[in-house]
Amino acid sequence: MDLETLLQVLDSTIRLATPLLLACLAGLFSERAGIFDIGLEGKMLAAAFFSGAVAYTTGTVWLGLLAGIAASLTLSGIHGLASITFRGNQLISGVAINFLASGMTVVIAEDWFRQGGRTPSLVGDARFKPIELPLSGIDIPLIGPIYTDLISGHTILVYLALLLVPASWWLLYRTRFGLRLRAVGENPAAVDTAGINVTGLRFAAVGICGVLCGIAGAYLATALQAGFVKEMSAGRGFIALAALIFAKWRPWHALVACLLFGLLQALSLRPDVVTAMTSFDVPVQLLDALPYILTVVILAGFVGKAIPPRAGGEPYVKEQ
Amino acid sequence: MDRLPQWADVFLIPLISVLIAFAISGLVIVGIGEDPVVAVQTMISGALGSTYGWGYTLYYATNFIFTGLAVSVAFHARLFNIGGEGQALLGGLGVALVCLAVDWPHWLVALPVAMIAGALFGAAWAAVPAYLQAKRGSHIVITTIMFNFIAAALLNYVLVNHLKPPRAQDPSSARFPSGTNLPTFQDMFSTAETTLFRGAPVNITFFIALIACLLVWLLIWRTKLGYQIRSYGQSEPAAIYAGISPVRITMIAMLISGGLAGMMAINNVMGEAEKLVLNAVEGAGFIGIAVALMGRNHPVGVILAGFLFGFLVQGGAELQFTTSIPRDLIVVIQALVILFTGALDNMVRIPLAKLFTRKGGA
Amino acid sequence: MTAVENQGQPSSAAPAIELKGISKAFGPVQANKDISIRVMPGTVHGIIGENGAGKSTLMSILFGFYKADAGEIFINGNLTQIPDSQAAISAGIGMVFQHFKLVQNFTVLENVILGTEDGAMLRTSLSKARTELERLSEEYELHVDPDELIEELSVGHQQRVEILKALYRKAEILILDEPTGVLTPAEADHLFRILDNLRAEGKTIILITHKLREIMHITDTVSVMRRGEMTATVKTAETSPEELAELMVGRKVLLRVDKAPAKPGKPILEVSNLQVTDEDGVKRLKGIDLHVRAGEILGIAGVSGNGQSALLHVLGGVTQATGEVKINGTPLPLTGPKANGRTRREAGISHVPEDRHREGLILEFSAWENMAFGYHHDPAYQSGLLMNNKAIREDTVKKMELFDVRPPIPTISAKSFSGGNQQKLVLAREIERDPDLLLVGQPTRGVDIGAIEFIHQQLIELRDSGKAILLVSVELDEIMSLSDRIAVMFDGKIMGERLPSETNETELGLLMAGMSGEAA
Repeated sequence: MDLETLLQVLDSTIRLATPLLLACLAGLFSERAGIFDIGLEGKMLAAAFFSGAVAYTTGTVWLGLLAGIAASLTLSGIHGLASITFRGNQLISGVAINFLASGMTVVIAEDWFRQGGRTPSLVGDARFKPIELPLSGIDIPLIGPIYTDLISGHTILVYLALLLVPASWWLLYRTRFGLRLRAVGENPAAVDTAGINVTGLRFAAVGICGVLCGIAGAYLATALQAGFVKEMSAGRGFIALAALIFAKWRPWHALVACLLFGLLQALSLRPDVVTAMTSFDVPVQLLDALPYILTVVILAGFVGKAIPPRAGGEPYVKEQ
Repeated sequence: MDRLPQWADVFLIPLISVLIAFAISGLVIVGIGEDPVVAVQTMISGALGSTYGWGYTLYYATNFIFTGLAVSVAFHARLFNIGGEGQALLGGLGVALVCLAVDWPHWLVALPVAMIAGALFGAAWAAVPAYLQAKRGSHIVITTIMFNFIAAALLNYVLVNHLKPPRAQDPSSARFPSGTNLPTFQDMFSTAETTLFRGAPVNITFFIALIACLLVWLLIWRTKLGYQIRSYGQSEPAAIYAGISPVRITMIAMLISGGLAGMMAINNVMGEAEKLVLNAVEGAGFIGIAVALMGRNHPVGVILAGFLFGFLVQGGAELQFTTSIPRDLIVVIQALVILFTGALDNMVRIPLAKLFTRKGGA
Repeated sequence: MTAVENQGQPSSAAPAIELKGISKAFGPVQANKDISIRVMPGTVHGIIGENGAGKSTLMSILFGFYKADAGEIFINGNLTQIPDSQAAISAGIGMVFQHFKLVQNFTVLENVILGTEDGAMLRTSLSKARTELERLSEEYELHVDPDELIEELSVGHQQRVEILKALYRKAEILILDEPTGVLTPAEADHLFRILDNLRAEGKTIILITHKLREIMHITDTVSVMRRGEMTATVKTAETSPEELAELMVGRKVLLRVDKAPAKPGKPILEVSNLQVTDEDGVKRLKGIDLHVRAGEILGIAGVSGNGQSALLHVLGGVTQATGEVKINGTPLPLTGPKANGRTRREAGISHVPEDRHREGLILEFSAWENMAFGYHHDPAYQSGLLMNNKAIREDTVKKMELFDVRPPIPTISAKSFSGGNQQKLVLAREIERDPDLLLVGQPTRGVDIGAIEFIHQQLIELRDSGKAILLVSVELDEIMSLSDRIAVMFDGKIMGERLPSETNETELGLLMAGMSGEAA
């Protein structure tokens, strides 16, 4: 495989890993606070639609991003209401949110645009544009192309997602908020008896999750592609969840996991590369299924045991 | 501490939850500029206004009874099987392989074999997540979701590369031999003078679904195995104390669950399409979650909820014809039913329990 | 450590805590009824009462977990509202719960600062807390490594972290809820030394316990609670354990059970070199040898967590083990699929588990469904392929009558019964199977006095009918009064075996703390 192809695959890896990373960090905040969230998928989908729709209507991608975040936050609010306030089953709530997003996006898209559940294509300022970093195009062998084609030339959301990795680490491990957030996912009773509001803390975590899923969804519709299409999240929320487990709920590991899954997705778009590499006719369906198969293998614990936050999935009931 | 009478727990709470879900769905219809009253009328006349409509409603209900039972049986062992969709897909593959294997002389011969194949394929697809849950503690919710995606990819591969007749356009199998065609309600109930259920896909599988409900009821509430499944579902440490093996119960409950989901294929693949197509399940596996939650994991509840969703799906299809309401509205209703009967149960239960306590105390 | 320093209580000083007329009801249950107490600064005040007497509810009100229906709280003479834990902490109240409120995978330091951090960044909080912890550790003999993870600490050390947490929050009033339940006698002694130091520094301590010995040992004053009411408050120096016990239960306590001498027969259970390693790789049993003969009760004494639960679980088929266990001379499978509760029952072993809510009952099931629990294979409960629910219900009615389970209605769910009646339900199920060997864990935990007597009688009767009983209890009184022989467990081993007539609580206490021989 030549350098150009390699760079193409890696470039596409970064672009495909970005929504996974954003959603994975979203899940990390929620689950670290003890709220399981299998509704990442739905929140991304809703955000994708509303960001696409608003960006198209206003012609401004930033308003689209805000609309996407707002949509995702609304679903987060429902999840918080169900799993924190009413102490419901977090998994069932997540399933409901996924279907709600799946149905509502199409129903509203039909009502607004009548294009078979999609938004019209986004052009101009309704999309995030690639940013050419300074010095891109520099003519140094190897380093030049890597810098120009791989590191430079992504949308701002890609760089934002990458920056969020150290930012999340710092927030979780170096601040008071992070200490409390991690504590509430491990032992909410300890947090409660320390005089901290468990409900407020968990809602804050679920809120952060909503914002990040919103950015992830907006990225799909306004950066990765030019507009919303039905079911465009295409299981990314679940892959992000798998990456989160793979990363054992740690930010830097999440980056590695998401890049790996991004690479798999990039390869499934380039069956020719895979065929050339393996000199074997790999069915495209196998490549499609590979992230899911890998997730199952990870979940089976063949790649180390993943221990979730101790209080994860359990609503907090004050005992005497 | 607030206790509810049993009838309230079993009937009133699901009823209120479903009504809230419908009310919000009504608001959605208003929101997209349509009239909910007209929508309901359209749905009723479309789904229940003719034997044709009934024929579709009952056809869908049959699917949902199977997937609803599948989710229920797993729920009794406190296992959340979200993999009904994939298990039903694989069940379809099993049924298709049987139907295409030989030139069946009569449906009476083909049906039992197809049922077994559908159940076996569905069960096999549930077996891996079940084993990983039982032996390695891999969360069954996540693994069954993953297996849905893998099933879709697998089916796509098999259809495109193996089952698709040469030179055919669509990724679907060849038509099944006529000896596998199941009797429809039209065949069974039409008289010489009047044709009933004309062209509707509802078939003999509907009765098999009802029998399945009876058998599941017996299994869960009248057999040792059901007792062990319920015990394990209530408390794992207690089950181990009583000598009930968690591994065994997890496996058995999931195999039964997957088998029931797989058996749905005799309705949609063998009974209706009479060939295997891509996405034959059309979300029935997921609707099963709503059906099980609404039906309180009881076969009678599953029949009622299955019928309700059959009505919604058929009515929703009619809506799409006559109004600008897309049939995806059904997915919204399904989501709201899951949300209110499942996750937001306490939102209805707590105020209701207070109400009852106050009345009882006064 | 016998003399309790009698602190001068200047009558002019305001009490550190004063409660006036506190009442709290949960639905129809009156958990606290018109409770008033005064605790002077620099004293240790004990609150004693049976399980369910309302002690924990009272303390939860004081710590802002519940809001009292009526009554007032004064701190240092000032009327104080305590709507939440934050308010309690601000008022200078620190609480050491029975179940520690620690984050297991955090360090000691992180646990200490949680909720009382200085500023949004952790760095300054951590270094400040480190200095402060060093000072507190020195001052009160509260040594713990600030950088150790909680999950690496022993129970006694975890408790110290809880005390440090309270002190770090400048608590002047410290409430300890059943603090010695999980400690060895040596650890408990250390705790009392710490409490002595705290008192000497002028801190006020409220000690909640149901152990009379601790009350006599450390407190200056003591209040007795019974059924939600404060029945008496006395100076410790002016009372006796007997008087307190009587106030606690409301009548003379039967401390000894009437029983004839045992007539032991042939060995029923023979255990040799039994070893268990749990999932985390911790050795729970380190080579147990024991035997129980027909017609005798072998009592296993020990502080909880020293392998008694593992022993019951292995014998009951709940966990796997290595070594040899024979019942009536036949070896039992200890590993593999045959090592389960079903084969144990078939071998003639019945098992009353230590935790009836977790293991012994399915709380959501009706009484009759619970009566079949573990015995659902019984041919008498089957008809063809189905279970014979009618037969089970009839059997349940019969057994409920025999064991005086109230109300005797088989269709109501197990969770609706009181603790004592739930336990009788389990005992009825297990004893009426006529086992050769009965395993009993904590038979009277959370059971009211009346039911305790009944349960003890049933166990004696079973013994007298020639059955073998292995009794595990953390209540030394219960072990002493029921057992024909006593084995003491410590750290997964049997420290020694004694006859009840030839030992006393001091000697057993030493064995429970891992000290063999006549060190006393």
